[in-house]
Amino acid sequence: MYVAVKGGEKAIRNAHRLLADRRRGDRSVPALTLAQIAGQLALAVDRVMSEGALYDRDLAALAIKQARGDMIEAIFLVRAYRTTLPRFGYSEPVDTGAMHIERRISATYKDLPGGQMLGPTFDYTHRLLDPELAGDAEVPGAGRGEGEPARAMRVSDILAEDGMIEGDGDAATETPGDITREPMEFPMERDTRLQSLSRGDEGFLLALAYSTQRGYARSHPFAGEIRIGEVEVAVDMPELGFAVTVGRVQLTECQMINQFKGSSKAPPQFTRGYGLVFGQSERKAMAMALCDRAMRARELGEDIVAPAQDEEFVVSHCDNVQASGFVEHLKLPHYVDFQAELELVRTTRAEHESRRDPGPAVAEAAE
Amino acid sequence: MTMQPTDLATYNFAYLDEQTKRMIRRAILKAIAIPGYQVPFASREMPMPYGWGTGGVQVTASIIGPDDTLKVIDQGADDTTNAVSIRAFFAKVAEVSTTTSTADATIIQTRHRIPEEKLGEGQILVYQVPIPEPLRFLEPRETETRKMHALEDYGLMHVKLYEDIARNGHIATTYAYPVKIEGRYVMDPSPTPKFDNPKMDQSEALQLFGAGREKRIYAVPPYTSVVSLDFEDYPFEVNRFDQPCALCGAEGVYLDEVVLDDRGGRMFVCSDTDHCEKRRAAGHKGTMAGGEIGQ
Repeated sequence: MYVAVKGGEKAIRNAHRLLADRRRGDRSVPALTLAQIAGQLALAVDRVMSEGALYDRDLAALAIKQARGDMIEAIFLVRAYRTTLPRFGYSEPVDTGAMHIERRISATYKDLPGGQMLGPTFDYTHRLLDPELAGDAEVPGAGRGEGEPARAMRVSDILAEDGMIEGDGDAATETPGDITREPMEFPMERDTRLQSLSRGDEGFLLALAYSTQRGYARSHPFAGEIRIGEVEVAVDMPELGFAVTVGRVQLTECQMINQFKGSSKAPPQFTRGYGLVFGQSERKAMAMALCDRAMRARELGEDIVAPAQDEEFVVSHCDNVQASGFVEHLKLPHYVDFQAELELVRTTRAEHESRRDPGPAVAEAAE
Repeated sequence: MTMQPTDLATYNFAYLDEQTKRMIRRAILKAIAIPGYQVPFASREMPMPYGWGTGGVQVTASIIGPDDTLKVIDQGADDTTNAVSIRAFFAKVAEVSTTTSTADATIIQTRHRIPEEKLGEGQILVYQVPIPEPLRFLEPRETETRKMHALEDYGLMHVKLYEDIARNGHIATTYAYPVKIEGRYVMDPSPTPKFDNPKMDQSEALQLFGAGREKRIYAVPPYTSVVSLDFEDYPFEVNRFDQPCALCGAEGVYLDEVVLDDRGGRMFVCSDTDHCEKRRAAGHKGTMAGGEIGQ
């Protein structure tokens, strides 16, 4: 077998060796273990799982290590692996109402069935650097509080009882869309849109969500409920005739409640913005919920006036694997195109010069 | 099927699973049946970044077989880093023979160039496409541009070309110059210099275009009319170079400008490295053969 080898091959090999060396860093410092990353950088792992769209803590930890902590690179690694996996089927919809809750808060009710549960949150920590964490100080264990229920009804169900909030709505089609198996088409149904948002870039969605709060498509949101915990994933087994639980995943769910004046078709009632992501990713779930609501403008008959409402704009640009790939492809050689542009600029400059500084013959003719 | 064992997983022949390949081949068949029409396909994440040839790689992976011989070029050259990387990828996951010789290749994956040597029947040219929509920079919305293609409404493009002429005296598009396929679809030839456009017309080879990030495949079957858009009084013209290749003396080929020093020294050499090497091997000599960048 003849294989073409040229100079670039050696350069690439050397660059990869250098990368491996820099990744390992100082050899006198022990190498990170995946258990350390998964256990102590858990929120980084959660982000890689949610935007990488693959629920596997070990693989996400490996990706973070391999990417030297570059989150988008880690997300890309996970995605590129995920895409090679066979598709066995689709799970039943998970029941977040039956979630084994670790954190659950509502900004709309002071107290409610199931109560407020802060859980492991940065909220109300004072952001003072803690020198103790520089060492390996003993950390006391913490368990679930006494008498705290593990399950609680969803806040949206409380509002839904008296019709104050719109229903959850039905899926547009019997089998939900799948953005990893079907090319996107605009306008999108909400199922595929939510899929795109769920693995969209946290920073991008955060900025867009923020823009809605600052008046670019204001939707008067209230954080109806944010809950984090584990839910069971069940898969229907045709041979058995019923669904079987195959595992549990940790999810963060956010239900935003938004004002809605009503339209010719719908009475005034609260509307929903929905966010659901893998792991503990509260900021992302909230941003997703605000963006989801903003993009329902068409469905609810609202004027589309701001970027966050523009489904084609948001969904086409929220994927950080696509975005970083295309932005960074500018590193690749473009000298063929550049040569063509060079020639054009040289020609137009020559024309410009001759117009500005007409020779005597031309000047006479003009007179 | 050849399976490649790795620590974590096994990958199929040519990386993609057979179901995905079948899906892509269906899109390719549809694209061939409707020349110039952009067929949406469920593009996969690939182990190289979007924008780095994932569309071309998916097309190649779907059509390549163990008996194929693959050539990969970027900017016309076989030895640019990304071409090297993609060629190495297929040598690894598909164990196919690779070549730098245009004539010996059954599949040529390219970015930004069409080889100078005329392609023949049975050869397939796979283009890597960043933005498949020729109307995209005139109308950013996919919903709108799809409608414009459906209605064959290409007025906007003609207005753009007309405005170029009104402003500059000539059409100011030098690469990714729009073409019309079989008198129907306006198509982006990918960012090849317009110098290469005439090679697409009535080509004996099958031309496939893959845009991974934008999830589109389109095709120009062999012996298909490919016409660069122009006006009767401003006909399409290709860029011409004042001098021949400094290494092989070739004329009428696309040249790269190589900066030699910091005093304005320049030389022009073939962008198609295979073409240049073959000519030199056949005894052709340019003015600087054996000089500064001779190998």
